[in-house]
Amino acid sequence: MSKMKTGGQIVWESLLKEGVEVVFGLPGGAILPAYDDLMKYEYPIHHVLVTHEQGAAHMADGYARATGRTGVCIATSGPGATNLITGLATAYMDSSPIVAITGQVPTSLLGRDGFQEADVQGVSLPVTKHNYLITDIKDLADAIKEAFYIAGTGRPGPVLVDICKDVLQASIEFEYPETVHLPGYRPNLNAPSEDSIARAAVLLNEAKKPLIVSGQGVSIARAEKELRQLAEKANIPVATSLLGIGTFPATHPLAISWGGMHGEAYTNYAMQDCDVMFAIGARLDDRLTGAFDTFAPNAKIIHVDLDPAEMGKNITIHTPVIGDALLTLKMLLPQVQPNEHPAWLAQIADWKSESTDRDIIAQETDELVAPYIMRQLWHATDEGDATVVSDVGQHQMWEAQYFHHTKRRSLLTSGGLGTMGYGLPAAIGAQMGLPDEEIWVVAGDGGFQMTMIELSTVMQERLPIKIAIINNGFLGMVRQWQDVFYNKRHAGTPLFNPDFVKLAEAYGIAAKSVTRKEDVYDAIKEAQAHDGPYLLDFQVEEFTNVYPMVAPGKSNADMIRRPMPNMEGEE
Amino acid sequence: MSEIPMKRHTMIAWMEDKPGVLNRVAGLFRRRNFNIESLAVGHSETPGISRMTFVARGTDRDMRQIQTQLDKLINVVDIQDVTNEPVVMRELVLVKVQASNGNRSQVMQIVDIYRASIIDVDLDSMIVQIVGPEDRVESFVKLLSNFGIAEMVRTGRVAMVRGGKSEKQVQMETAVLGHSNGNQQ
Ligand SMILES: Cc1ncc(C[n+]2csc(CCOP(=O)(O)OP(=O)(O)O)c2C)c(N)n1
Ligand SMILES: [Mg+2]
Repeated sequence: MSKMKTGGQIVWESLLKEGVEVVFGLPGGAILPAYDDLMKYEYPIHHVLVTHEQGAAHMADGYARATGRTGVCIATSGPGATNLITGLATAYMDSSPIVAITGQVPTSLLGRDGFQEADVQGVSLPVTKHNYLITDIKDLADAIKEAFYIAGTGRPGPVLVDICKDVLQASIEFEYPETVHLPGYRPNLNAPSEDSIARAAVLLNEAKKPLIVSGQGVSIARAEKELRQLAEKANIPVATSLLGIGTFPATHPLAISWGGMHGEAYTNYAMQDCDVMFAIGARLDDRLTGAFDTFAPNAKIIHVDLDPAEMGKNITIHTPVIGDALLTLKMLLPQVQPNEHPAWLAQIADWKSESTDRDIIAQETDELVAPYIMRQLWHATDEGDATVVSDVGQHQMWEAQYFHHTKRRSLLTSGGLGTMGYGLPAAIGAQMGLPDEEIWVVAGDGGFQMTMIELSTVMQERLPIKIAIINNGFLGMVRQWQDVFYNKRHAGTPLFNPDFVKLAEAYGIAAKSVTRKEDVYDAIKEAQAHDGPYLLDFQVEEFTNVYPMVAPGKSNADMIRRPMPNMEGEE
Repeated sequence: MSEIPMKRHTMIAWMEDKPGVLNRVAGLFRRRNFNIESLAVGHSETPGISRMTFVARGTDRDMRQIQTQLDKLINVVDIQDVTNEPVVMRELVLVKVQASNGNRSQVMQIVDIYRASIIDVDLDSMIVQIVGPEDRVESFVKLLSNFGIAEMVRTGRVAMVRGGKSEKQVQMETAVLGHSNGNQQ
C-alpha cells in the first residue's frame, strides 16, 4: 500500500500517533481539507464542534488540566485562529499543555492580505511556548511531533502549528518521526543538583518555623504523595498557591489553606512569619506574594522550580533548586530529619482559630451568600469528591476558600491570566477527558455570559455537567475594588442579566433558581440526581465582598479583614 | 531602598538559523522590557547555527532574566554572558565625514593615527571605516564630528572569548549535532 498521504491525513495520523482521542474545533476554508480528510478516512478521533474558538482553546486546556494529557484545538485561518488567542494566553500563563492546529492561507497568498489572512504565528508568539508556520509538507509531521513534545515536557505550555492550506492538500510519503531534533530544548535534564538538595535539607532541618508553599508544579510532576511524606516526616505546615490547591489535602491537619490577595489570614501570617519557606512548583507571582519586597521578610526561601527563569524573577531567593518537583522531593526526603515544631504549629493554630471566629459562615444571617453555597456543595459532593471548574471573580475566591479540595487536580481555574469565561468551556474539556467524574462549574453571572454559548456544546455532547451561577447582579470583584478603592462609584459594574433558567431551558438544559439558604443543599442534590446537565441560578446577596483582601502593591501583612460579628467594619 | 547598580553586559547567543528566530528574540526583549544597546547577528562556524552578540544594560537580576528567558526560546541553543571573560570585542563603523580641500589632510591624519581607513572620496566628503573596540571607535567618531558627520552606520559590538573552545561551546556543538541531546520519547 502506498504511504502517500495528504497534509490533512498527516495531521490526523500524527494526532493518532500521539494518542489523541478528542479534539475541539470549528472549521473554515483554510482548514477545510483537514476536516474533509477526517470524515473521508474515518479516523477514530472525536471532533467536538464548539460554538466559538475561544471555547475550543479553553476546552483543550480543561481537558489537559483534568487528565494531564495534552489537549488539542483546531481553528481556521484569520478570525478562527485569532479567536483562540485568549485561550492560548490562559494556558500559557498556567503552564497547561495544548497543541493548537490552525489553517493558514495558501503559501502563494502569504503576506498579501488575502481573505482571512492573519499573521497567526506573529500574534501567538508571546502567548505560546513555541509555534510553527508550515509552508512545506515535508516539515509537517516533524512539526506536529515536536509540538506535542514541547507542549507536554518540561514546563508544559501551548504550542501552535499554523498550516498553509496548500500544504494540507499536497501529498507526500508519510512516516511519523520517532525522535525530535531540538538542540535548544533539553527538558530531560531536570534533576536538581546534589548540592542544592543538601543545602535545602540543612535549612529545613534547622528551621524553627518552616513552611511549605506548594504550587501546581507539584501536580504536574505528580509529586503529591512525596510532598505529603515530606510534610508529615518533619511536621511542616503546607500552604498552597491558588493553582496549587489540590496538591495537599485541604483537610489534612498540616494543611493551612492558600495564601495571597484573598488567602486566609492565618495562611498569610504564616507566610510572613516563617523562618524557612520551601516553595515548590509555585512561581511566586504578585497575587501570592503581595508587594515583592515585603514578602516573607524573615524567611530563607528555598525555591524549587523546573524553570531556571523563575529563580529570583520576583523574589530574592536564598537557595534555588532547579529541578523537577518529584525528583527533588525524592532526593530531599532521606535527608530531612523528623521534627515536631510544636510552638510553631500552636502559633498557627491560634491564628487559625481567630480566622475561624471571623468566618462569614460563623456569622448568623439569613442572607444567601456564596461561601455558604460553596460549603454546601462541598458537603453534597461527599466532602470534595468532584472536580470544580471555577470562572474568575469573587465566586472564584469563595470557591477556593470554602470548598476544601482533597483530590489532586480537582480545581481547574484560570489563575495567571484571570480569564473570565474560562469556566464552562474548560469544564466541557474536563468532562470529555473524565466522563465519569462529577464536574461542577462555579461561575459568576458576568463571566458565565462570556462563554455561555457553549451550552450548545454541552447538549451536543450530552455532558452531565452541573453549573452553579453565583448571580449577584454585578461584575462583583471589580465592584469590590470600587467599594474599597474608588469610593463606591460603581462605574460599569451593575449587570443586566437574562433569566438564566429560561436561557438554560432554551438549550434544553434543566435549571432552577435558588434564592433561600435553606433550599441550597436540596437544590444541589437535585442537580446531582438529574441525569444530564443542570443549571442552578443562585441569586445571592449583591454586596457581599471577599475577605481577607490585600490591596495590590501592599504587603500580605496589611490585610483588610472581614469585620468581626456584630461589629461595624474596621476596613 | 538603595539604588541597585546597573551594569553593561555583553552576551553571546547561539540560535538555530530558522525563519522568525530573530523576531522571537526581539519580541522577548520588548515584552520583558529588557534594555538592549546593540545587537549583531550572523552565521557561526556551525552550519545551521547563527550567532548573536548583544549588549544589555541592567541589574544582575535583569541579566539573569535575559539569559534564562532567552535560553527558554526553543530555537536558542545556548547563551553565555562573556562580560567577565577574556574577550576580544570589535565594532565596525562607517562614517561619511565632510572633508573638502581645506581640511582633508587633517581628516586623513586622524584616520592614520586611529588605524582607520578611507573607503571612498568625493569632492566635499569621504567615507572612512574603523574597526575596533568601543572606546577607540567612540573617540574616533568624536574627533570626526568636529568636521561634520553627514552619515554614520555602526554594526554593534561583536565578541569572541580568547583561547581554545570553552567547555560550554563543545557541549553546545555536540547538542547541535544531535549526539547527546537524548530527546527521545
Ligand atoms: C475577560 C476578562 N475581562 C475582564 C476581567 C476583569 N474582571 C475580573 S473579575 C471581574 C468581575 C467578574 O464578575 P462575575 O463573573 O459576575 O463574578 P463575581 O466577581 O461577581 O463573582 C472582572 C470584570 C477579567 N478578569 N477577564
Ligand atoms: Mg457577578
